[in-house]
Amino acid sequence: MPNMSPNKVPMPHQEPNVRNKNVAEVATGYTLEMAQEEADRCLQCKHKPCVNGCPVGVQIPEFIALIKEGDIEGAYDKIKETNALPAVCGRVCPQEDQCEKLCVRAIKHEAVGIGRLERFVADYHMANGENKIPTIEKNGHKVAVVGAGPAGLTCAGDLAKKGYEVTVYEALHKAGGVLEYGIPEFRLPKAIVSKEVQALKDLGVHMETNMVIGKVFDIDELFEDENEAVFIGSGAGLPNFMKIPGENLNGVFSANEFLTRFNLMKAYDVEADTPIFKGKKVAVVGGGNVAMDAARCAKRLGAEVYIVYRRGTEELPARKEEVEHAMEEGIIFKTLNNPVQVLGDDKGNVSAIECVEMELGEPDESGRRRPVVKEGSNFTLDIDCMIMSIGTSPNPLIHRTTEGLDTNKWGCLIADPKTGATTREGVFAGGDAVTGAATVILAMGAGKEAAQAMDDYIQNK
Amino acid sequence: MYKIVEKERLNPTVTKMVVEAPAIAKKAKAGQFIILRSHEMGERIPLTVADYDREKGLVTIIYQLVGRSTMLLDNLEVGDAILDFVGPLGVPSHVEGMKRVCVVGGGVGCAIAYPTAKALYDNGTEVTVITGFRNKDLEILRDEFEAVSHHMYTMSDDGTVGEKGLVTNKLQELLDAGEVFDEVIAIGPLVMMKFVCQLTKQYDVKTTVSMNPIMIDGTGMCGCCRLSVNNEMKFACVDGPDFDGHQVDFDEAIARSRQYADFEAKAREKDCHLFHKEVR
Ligand SMILES: Cc1cc2nc3c(=O)[nH]c(=O)nc-3n(C[C@H](O)[C@H](O)[C@H](O)COP(=O)(O)OP(=O)(O)OC[C@H]3O[C@@H](n4cnc5c(N)ncnc54)[C@H](O)[C@@H]3O)c2cc1C
Ligand SMILES: Cc1cc2nc3c(=O)[nH]c(=O)nc-3n(C[C@H](O)[C@H](O)[C@H](O)COP(=O)(O)OP(=O)(O)OC[C@H]3O[C@@H](n4cnc5c(N)ncnc54)[C@H](O)[C@@H]3O)c2cc1C
Ligand code: SF4
Ligand code: SF4
Ligand code: FES
Repeated sequence: MPNMSPNKVPMPHQEPNVRNKNVAEVATGYTLEMAQEEADRCLQCKHKPCVNGCPVGVQIPEFIALIKEGDIEGAYDKIKETNALPAVCGRVCPQEDQCEKLCVRAIKHEAVGIGRLERFVADYHMANGENKIPTIEKNGHKVAVVGAGPAGLTCAGDLAKKGYEVTVYEALHKAGGVLEYGIPEFRLPKAIVSKEVQALKDLGVHMETNMVIGKVFDIDELFEDENEAVFIGSGAGLPNFMKIPGENLNGVFSANEFLTRFNLMKAYDVEADTPIFKGKKVAVVGGGNVAMDAARCAKRLGAEVYIVYRRGTEELPARKEEVEHAMEEGIIFKTLNNPVQVLGDDKGNVSAIECVEMELGEPDESGRRRPVVKEGSNFTLDIDCMIMSIGTSPNPLIHRTTEGLDTNKWGCLIADPKTGATTREGVFAGGDAVTGAATVILAMGAGKEAAQAMDDYIQNK
Repeated sequence: MYKIVEKERLNPTVTKMVVEAPAIAKKAKAGQFIILRSHEMGERIPLTVADYDREKGLVTIIYQLVGRSTMLLDNLEVGDAILDFVGPLGVPSHVEGMKRVCVVGGGVGCAIAYPTAKALYDNGTEVTVITGFRNKDLEILRDEFEAVSHHMYTMSDDGTVGEKGLVTNKLQELLDAGEVFDEVIAIGPLVMMKFVCQLTKQYDVKTTVSMNPIMIDGTGMCGCCRLSVNNEMKFACVDGPDFDGHQVDFDEAIARSRQYADFEAKAREKDCHLFHKEVR
């Protein structure tokens, strides 16, 4: 008899007023007992609707059945068959829009906590399991991967398992992409990212950090270096600004800058040399995951923090759980507000923002109701720090230095959605570099498909 | 890891280091820079590629000791290695097709100006160099500049080396005497570049400046290095570091360069971070 409780087994958390002053993980994870109790809520549906919601097709009922049986290592192997980074996905996937959305238990009550179970299995394995390093027979072919984010790492891992000699070139000093520089420690501990990167090295992947492709080597040189195919997973790292007056005042940051200082450079740590601006009153502009992360980092640095978002609370694009966590931690939401200019003092520091109130009109192309300015509603909000989290675009460095690599009008690389093949022979691409800012699991899915397509391409050459 | 093969003190606060970085040495051009990190918790700091040896795979950097990161770098000796060293970053300086150019270097900016002067000279340009220092003790790269210039002038605030006065005094003197330059290239403190640009604007001489804002990644990802050029937002690390000096908003750049001044002042004592070890 399955566990018919309408709700998920609650996830243990650090108290909001404790965690908003440290960087330790917010959700502390299930125990074995909790995991088995939650696993019991799965009905083991024959038609597996949940699997259709997972971009990489994790065999969900099968791994959950193994948890029930107490075979956690077996469950881990099952997930790993299709998902290279379970500890990451279990934490950051927007499960409510993916696997859990299609779970039959979600029709009436809460879905099975698939993400939480996936995380449990991965953490259990990291704590107790052994890393089996498979013996791989080399196939004598060489490939290169540009960018060590989820797309590049997944692609590299799959190709290495097929016997390729794989080199990953990463611009920063650390591999991981957004997992390392964007998503904060309290949501995704960096030790997990390091372990996943180490696992790839154990598979024989060469990890070359400090390599900006397009500068130190271009794509042609990677081919001259005997690589037979190249994967580009360079992400969408270029920050957008609002193009309003005052954006270059001191105290105004892109979310990328603020988060890179906080995460990659560990500026919260007493031992780190990199400075970070500790505002007293911080306005974060935007409503996505990036905005929530920036706001919660600023909170942890001691600020009073506002989220300024031009649509309503319902329209916030961030994961629901992240919005709830941000609210619990004391972030103040100013929805239906939009900044029109940044005001500064005589030293060039930001002192306030001028905003207008918005109301929601007719739905636009995206299907969301379009925000319209309420005439005459201008007001000022005193702040000393502003963080722009209004989106990012793909970095043009690579396509500018590579002939025959086409992009669309948003600067995204043009690639076949099935294979990742770009307009240049032998060059494949995937992840945010192709789609614009999206999700970890979609980037991984693209890396995986491209690895298969690269293998086909090389074997049939 | 990037091995240090040579280290030389050029003056009490400026050091030259030669580092093994074959891939960068192969590609680097005048005007480009590297970003380095000397230890695990260190800051990423940008420094210009002052020289390179493509054959031997060596890159030269010349840095001034200004704060914690450059001091930590200076603690490293020949045989030690730099943890991270990435480049060549930025757009190379424009050095082709110019007949007569005046290169103006101020202080440690001379280290940034030297490779550009050299590239111009090697391209057959008639190069005039004006260097400026506060006093004789701070002078650097005299022999190097002499070897790559046709006319060389040195200025100092107190007259202990070269003539007493500012680089702008000498530049104005040359322009008033009827010297014609295709371009003036000014590299040094922001204030110096600002005044050179004000001067050359009056004489309608095209002026290029090398902007050195605070940076992190150097790839266009963080936007920390942004500045206004002709009222447009530019990222110095990927769009520059060279810009048309007559279009740069220097006052904004000066304010932005002081963004972390308080922190840096305290960084030497290392007592200003948020968390102490126990709460981590
Ligand atoms: C703050 C933040 C929070 C997020 N939260 C979530 C979340 O909760 N859930 C979720 O699913 N998604 C989230 N996302 C989105 C998700 O992180 C991205 O969609 C995903 O990381 C994209 O993966 P990628 O491999 O395509 O690119 P990236 O992760 O961006 O990696 C690209 C890598 O390529 C490197 N690179 C770029 N140019 C070059 C070059 N020229 N040479 C060499 N290397 C280069 C970059 O340095 C980087 O390491 C978040 C994003 C951010 C910024
Ligand atoms: C493209 C580029 C090329 C550069 N090339 C050289 C070079 O060849 N030789 C050299 O000596 N320096 C160069 N610099 C400046 C060098 O990066 C800084 O001096 C260094 O980062 C200071 O680090 P610090 O921790 O020792 O000092 P900090 O303690 O960080 O700062 C001390 C003082 O330096 C100022 N400062 C901080 N960062 C910078 C910066 N990026 N640029 C200018 N001033 C800064 C601060 O406002 C402060 O007043 C370059 C900078 C850029 C952006
Ligand atoms: S990878 Fe993401 S979408 Fe797929 S099952 Fe795991 S949590 Fe769900
Ligand atoms: S849909 Fe839900 S209940 Fe059914 S197998 Fe999937 S996780 Fe289990
Ligand atoms: S240094 Fe980050 S964008 Fe220029």
